[in-house]
Amino acid sequence: MIKAARRALPSLGMVPFLGYLTVFLFIPTVIVVVGAFQDDGRPTLDNVRALGSGPVLHALRQSLVVSASTAVIGAVVGGLLAYAVVTCKPDGAVRRAVTSACGVLAQFGGVMLAFAFIATLGFSGAVTTLVKDSVGVNLYGSGWLFDVPGIILVYSYFQIPLMVIVFLPALDGIKVQWREAAENLGASTWQYWRQVAGPLLLPAFLGSTLLLFANAFASYATAAALVSQGNPILPLFIRSALTSEILLGRANLGYALALEMIVVVAIVMTGYALLVRRTSRWLR
Amino acid sequence: MTLPRQRRARRQRAFRIVTFVVLGAFFLIPLVSMVDFSTRGTAGSGRTGEAWGALLHDPELTAAIITSLELAALTVIGMVLLLVPTMVWVRLRVQWAARMVEFLCLLPLTIPALVIVVGIAPVYAWVTYFLGGSALTLTFAYVVLVLPYAFRSLDAGLSAIDLTTLSEAARSLGAGWFTVIARVVVPNIVSALLSAAFISVALVLGEFTFASLLHYDNLQVVIAFFGKSNAKVSVSASLAALIFGFVLLLLLSLLGRGRKGRRTTAIEPLAVTTPAGKEVKG
Repeated sequence: MIKAARRALPSLGMVPFLGYLTVFLFIPTVIVVVGAFQDDGRPTLDNVRALGSGPVLHALRQSLVVSASTAVIGAVVGGLLAYAVVTCKPDGAVRRAVTSACGVLAQFGGVMLAFAFIATLGFSGAVTTLVKDSVGVNLYGSGWLFDVPGIILVYSYFQIPLMVIVFLPALDGIKVQWREAAENLGASTWQYWRQVAGPLLLPAFLGSTLLLFANAFASYATAAALVSQGNPILPLFIRSALTSEILLGRANLGYALALEMIVVVAIVMTGYALLVRRTSRWLR
Repeated sequence: MTLPRQRRARRQRAFRIVTFVVLGAFFLIPLVSMVDFSTRGTAGSGRTGEAWGALLHDPELTAAIITSLELAALTVIGMVLLLVPTMVWVRLRVQWAARMVEFLCLLPLTIPALVIVVGIAPVYAWVTYFLGGSALTLTFAYVVLVLPYAFRSLDAGLSAIDLTTLSEAARSLGAGWFTVIARVVVPNIVSALLSAAFISVALVLGEFTFASLLHYDNLQVVIAFFGKSNAKVSVSASLAALIFGFVLLLLLSLLGRGRKGRRTTAIEPLAVTTPAGKEVKG
């Protein structure tokens, strides 16, 4: 009995850590999940049912469009950039500079990024002014920068570098010998990519794309700073649910919206984890 | 046989140059535009440093800058106090919990910050009740936010030293656990601690989601607020915060490279970001 107690004693050292996470991570998550199914303390499905209403569905659809398109743009462009990096000298200055820059830019988001693009393509942005003065075209248009197209453009700014960072290890894992072997057997460049490198890289590529999708789906600050009115995407819908207390006649709608977000991100991240496991079989 | 290879090398070089130039332009133009925009004269001509002067003179802005810097410092302290003893303890005495602690530390990457904000509001009602309504109480949430990044740096640092031998040596010479952690382990993982601190500072200075939705004024909230009245000040403040963050993160990647035997740097991102935010992203 005493022996067992003594063996359990070191576990007590975990109490502060677990306690902290309980208060500031688990309880908030539980509050969201439980709150989604409650109203005035009574259990109800009305909040979840409200997710099926027109405005919420519209925001969800736009969110999926934004996430999918920035994930694809980021994956394709970032993939090309990663390939360009791989063809550099392995320890060369160019490669080091590009990977460092990508590491920094992938973390760059939020309000500052929104203002970077307002300064560029906003009503009196530098590029808008330049193009108007020289070519006479009004790039600002009717304010597309502050709606879904603008969000897609701005998100690409951190999605592309993120892709470089997550996809580079997979590209690095492709060995020169494989290409030489394929060539010795008479393969053309197309055949090599189609039948050797492509199938090997595909899981990593799709996995990275999913990661970018989740990253865009969960982003809030950039969109919030860019779009001050209306709720074009789900995170901004959550903002109005939080700030206006009662939305669509439901006080607890915010919890249901947040739950919806958890579910989408969880599905995407599960797919990501499965693909990563597949990639790690041949990588390293 | 060498001919196709040379042709390919030439093709790759052309591809590389085009890619770097086009994407370089995409990434540089917004930054250059920020410089142009924030120094533009009022009448549409000439240059002025007014918007940059506001960083030092505008009371609201300076207060927000100070709040954010204080938050960054407190978050680093909180992160170190919470994480270092726990991680050392796990490695020495409760190995069975190692996977669990890793999982828990990386969890905030999968739960979007926005979701945590929605659920944490009731918790913050209690925090305000006990500690008052200062913006510095955001520290509690920020420690959770930086957990995954700090964990990665510290984990790499702790893996690089022989923790068991060090602590047994210290213990056999009569050191208590506090001495082991503070005077033996910590001096051995200084570079890991620094990189954990840098990334935490960078994240906290860029944080907007928690502060704005819990109604506290930090740097980013005030920047966003200025956007409605004086966009130039917003842009100059954004650029200043950005450059500061860039410098921190670049220093970080240099630190990461200095560490022996690890190919990846500490800013190896996410199994997400956030940059929302990562974030420096939300």
